[in-house]
Amino acid sequence: MDALAALWDGAFGSWYAILSATMVRATPLLLVGLAVALAFRAGVLNIGAEGQLLVGASAATAVSLVLSGWPRPIAILLMATAGALAGAGWAGIAAWLRRRFAVLEVISTLMLNFIAAALVSWLVRGPLQEPTGVYSQSANIAAAARWPLLISGHRLHLGFLLGLLAAFVAWWVLARTAVGFRVRLVGASPRAAASAGGVDVARTVTGVFLVSGALAGLAGASEIGGVTWSLYEGLSPGYGYSAIAVALLARLDPRGVIVTALLLGALDAGAAAMQRSAQVPAVVGQVIVATLVLSVLGVQALRDRRLLQRGRTSAPEAA
Amino acid sequence: MIDTVLVPLLEATVRTATPLMFAALGELITERAGVINLGLEGAIIAGCLAALLTAQIGGVPLGFVGGAIAGLAVAALFALCVVTLRTDQVITGTAVTLLALGATGTIHQSLVDVAAPSAAIETSGPVALPILARLPIVGPVLFDQPLATYALYLVVPALAWWLASTHAGLALRATGERAEAAAAVGIAPARVRWAAILIGGMMGGLAGAALVLVQVGGFNEGMSAGRGFIAIAIVVLGRWTVRGTVFGALAFGGAFALQYLFQTSGSSVPYPLFLALPYVLTLVLLAVQRGERSMPAGLAKP
Amino acid sequence: MADALVLSGVRHSFGPTVALDDAALRVRRGTVHALLGENGAGKSTLMRVAFGLLLPDRGTVEVDGRPVRFRTSADAIASGIGMVHQHFLLVPALTATENVALGGRGLLRLPRVVARVQALAERSGLATDPSLRVDRMSVGAQQRLEIVRALAHESRILILDEPTAVLTPEEGASLLAWIRQFVDAGGTAILITHKLREALAIADDVTVLRRGRTVLAGPRSSVDEPILVDAVTGGAARGGAPPLPTSSPRATAPILALEKVDVIDDLGIARLLDATLEVHAGEIVGVVGVEGSGQRELLRILAGRLRPTRGRVIGPRRVGFVPEDRLADALVPEMTLTENLLLAEAGTRSGRLDWDAVTARTASLLTSADVRAPGPLALARELSGGNQQKFVVARERSLSEAALVVEHPTRGLDIGASGRVWEELLRAAREHLMAVVVYSPDLDEVRAIADRVIVCFAGRIRELEGGAGGGDRARLARALLGAD
Repeated sequence: MDALAALWDGAFGSWYAILSATMVRATPLLLVGLAVALAFRAGVLNIGAEGQLLVGASAATAVSLVLSGWPRPIAILLMATAGALAGAGWAGIAAWLRRRFAVLEVISTLMLNFIAAALVSWLVRGPLQEPTGVYSQSANIAAAARWPLLISGHRLHLGFLLGLLAAFVAWWVLARTAVGFRVRLVGASPRAAASAGGVDVARTVTGVFLVSGALAGLAGASEIGGVTWSLYEGLSPGYGYSAIAVALLARLDPRGVIVTALLLGALDAGAAAMQRSAQVPAVVGQVIVATLVLSVLGVQALRDRRLLQRGRTSAPEAA
Repeated sequence: MIDTVLVPLLEATVRTATPLMFAALGELITERAGVINLGLEGAIIAGCLAALLTAQIGGVPLGFVGGAIAGLAVAALFALCVVTLRTDQVITGTAVTLLALGATGTIHQSLVDVAAPSAAIETSGPVALPILARLPIVGPVLFDQPLATYALYLVVPALAWWLASTHAGLALRATGERAEAAAAVGIAPARVRWAAILIGGMMGGLAGAALVLVQVGGFNEGMSAGRGFIAIAIVVLGRWTVRGTVFGALAFGGAFALQYLFQTSGSSVPYPLFLALPYVLTLVLLAVQRGERSMPAGLAKP
Repeated sequence: MADALVLSGVRHSFGPTVALDDAALRVRRGTVHALLGENGAGKSTLMRVAFGLLLPDRGTVEVDGRPVRFRTSADAIASGIGMVHQHFLLVPALTATENVALGGRGLLRLPRVVARVQALAERSGLATDPSLRVDRMSVGAQQRLEIVRALAHESRILILDEPTAVLTPEEGASLLAWIRQFVDAGGTAILITHKLREALAIADDVTVLRRGRTVLAGPRSSVDEPILVDAVTGGAARGGAPPLPTSSPRATAPILALEKVDVIDDLGIARLLDATLEVHAGEIVGVVGVEGSGQRELLRILAGRLRPTRGRVIGPRRVGFVPEDRLADALVPEMTLTENLLLAEAGTRSGRLDWDAVTARTASLLTSADVRAPGPLALARELSGGNQQKFVVARERSLSEAALVVEHPTRGLDIGASGRVWEELLRAAREHLMAVVVYSPDLDEVRAIADRVIVCFAGRIRELEGGAGGGDRARLARALLGAD
């Protein structure tokens, strides 16, 4: 009971808990969760958001280090763009391998996650290492490239706003535009999309892959610009993998991703507080999330099976 | 130069590759049945913790038994979802890994005092084999290793033989390639997949046990450090063959050993990039080997 | 002479679809037995029961006079039954030898299996390279391997499902000769076939299935071609067919036209040869042909979904197309009808979508085509099969003002639903003056709605003289079965 109270307090107990813990932790989950949700909507199993985020963070750091003295909006725009482009490029490798060589993206994106981690590891010891050369991390980025806080005195930053905007745009595109409709069709039935709709499936898949990578890369830039101000190895505690849970629990709906990202952010913040005050391990949060995901998967599988049977029972019938 | 650099490097390669090889051979069996198990990472971390806890009771041998059972249990959860309920393999595997990482962390923290140093146990050290260990180069590299490594010397040929020379091995391969054709001669694909996933998980658990009981001598949260995913890379690099998987595990082991060597020697070589090499190689191989179709045709299909 | 295999009173249903209802088969040992019937008559289902791949709801199976109950195909194989599947059930990545060995227990002694395959290949005259992977084999070689595998399992009763459908005429002839040898040496063969002449040429006994029931069984000497045609097609026209259409208006210029069109597939096999055809506004052209005769390619060429290897195709920019597998190729079952309407325009649309307008269009389409659905926002899978099909036909008709190509329009539908789909096709031709092409494996269906009939056989097409309504049914059936 104490533990639950601590969890609640840590996540929602105060304005500080909400604005400086829960929502800050939800920010990367929101952007990466959108990246995964979009990809899954098109049937692209991008489990490489982790790597795309790391590469995005690296590119954003590299750009921001030299931006001192630039006007702030331009500096932020540049570093965010660098992050998104790098993430898209990293995803583009997997997209190209799938299109050109039919390499399963599950395997290629997984490999690219490790290559990205090695890349960061090298960058913070080599080209991007801080000037004294003592610590394995980059120097702090130029002040001009640091993202503005949304509410003074709280750590909530521009990234959350961008995440909300991205969620709204993603929802609008999926629901209201021809491009979004093609994405949903390719995910629901590539055969029907190609056969009845004349949709270029390969092109749609590549496009979604790139956008997904860009969102993950933007998440990396947002963490650098809004939270850490420097690049280091443990930058992401597996956001790219948690994002799969975020997307799945939201049933791949961008609006739902806002809710589930906040939920997981709250769980994360609350669990940390719970560990401090009630000595209950923070990783309990992870167990809860994983159990939720497996339950959702299981229930869905059982429901689909029942549907299948019902479909079979009504196969030939009076019109 | 040979004795001071090359031999220790090769020795470290074999030692580092040992847990990787257990996990990768397990994943190989699973993938040859047409299932990609991203929950292997979870089986490894479960094996780590279970090995530590059981070894504290009954020593290293019981530790390996405990590790194997924990890996088996995690794999059973995965198989239940994927084979029996037919859920998506990739998402299920990721969730199972997340669950096992969280659960082991929780259990570990509630059992031990976090403030105190992690409970350590005596690792099972290298055992020099008589005569063989005195051979130049080969001796120290291959025959002055822990018992777990020697176990692999038996497991590898046995597995290769089993896959190639038994009807059960053939049934496994056929199930991964085309399950309906296997079913047409009376093989039950679901049963084959359950078995393959369980064996794979058990091997993952053994990998975790080897990591704790041979290399580290204790438990840290998340100490599996992606070895389950590396095992998947190794299987791809090894083109889904036993021999290739052995060399793949050695390639990754070598990259880790080399990186460690440069790290400690304070050299200016960009050693973290060595870590990326095996993955890059895996990707390149995946691209160029298309057409040869070494990947099981039914991989990741429900 | 003793009976090798007896099936009696077999009933099997897939959900409420009854595929077999009181089917029976009595095969004498040492004979070739031909099992005949139209597509969907239940031939393959009956043989899958005999091979243990399906458990019947009712009925008995006896092998060599002993009652058996097969749970899996392993049981059937153990009883001496072998099956050569129409779509081969081999593992492409394994060698011939490994495929033969598959399903055994214990140690795998490959050299022994290699020797066995070689010996069997030599003795039977079915050339098989033991070390060749199946995915590097020709279709003929794969079929020989399936037979060799059955022989290696010591099958005394061999079931062959449409074995000549995938072979060249020469290969087919030598296969039939081999079957005769096999039977003369004491084996028993069951030949599932569409082709009457083939059956008459080789069979000792004949059984005909129609709509899941055995309608004729007897020795070869007791039947001839007309008797078989009658049994296969059910004699007089079946009840429930709509009245024949009134004669069609003939427009001056054709809407769809093919000129000397050839289709050669990736494997270099000619699927369609020298096809020339004109379809005019307001008429329905029926296409008939047994599986693999070129009708699939003919329809896709006409619908603009396949490019010919040679020859000229004339047609409107967009041709409506209703594919055979509507749930996989024409609809997204998990999406709404409104979304499924827009599916057909998905490749060409851009920018914002006005869903309200599409919903309104869907609603009016549902009304005009009399699709019974809860509304335009119902999911496609919630509709009955007949209404799904009417929806697809109406959608495709609404997209193209000029031409509609329809493949097996009433697959899986009952008579009532079929009639309503036919009305929709008739309306497309008569009211909207479209050029309509309909393929169906069901001769009655083609006779009921088509003005003219095109017969496909072995990749060649020709028009049946006298039109569909005027021609007599038996003649159509003979042409379809290559007996003309």
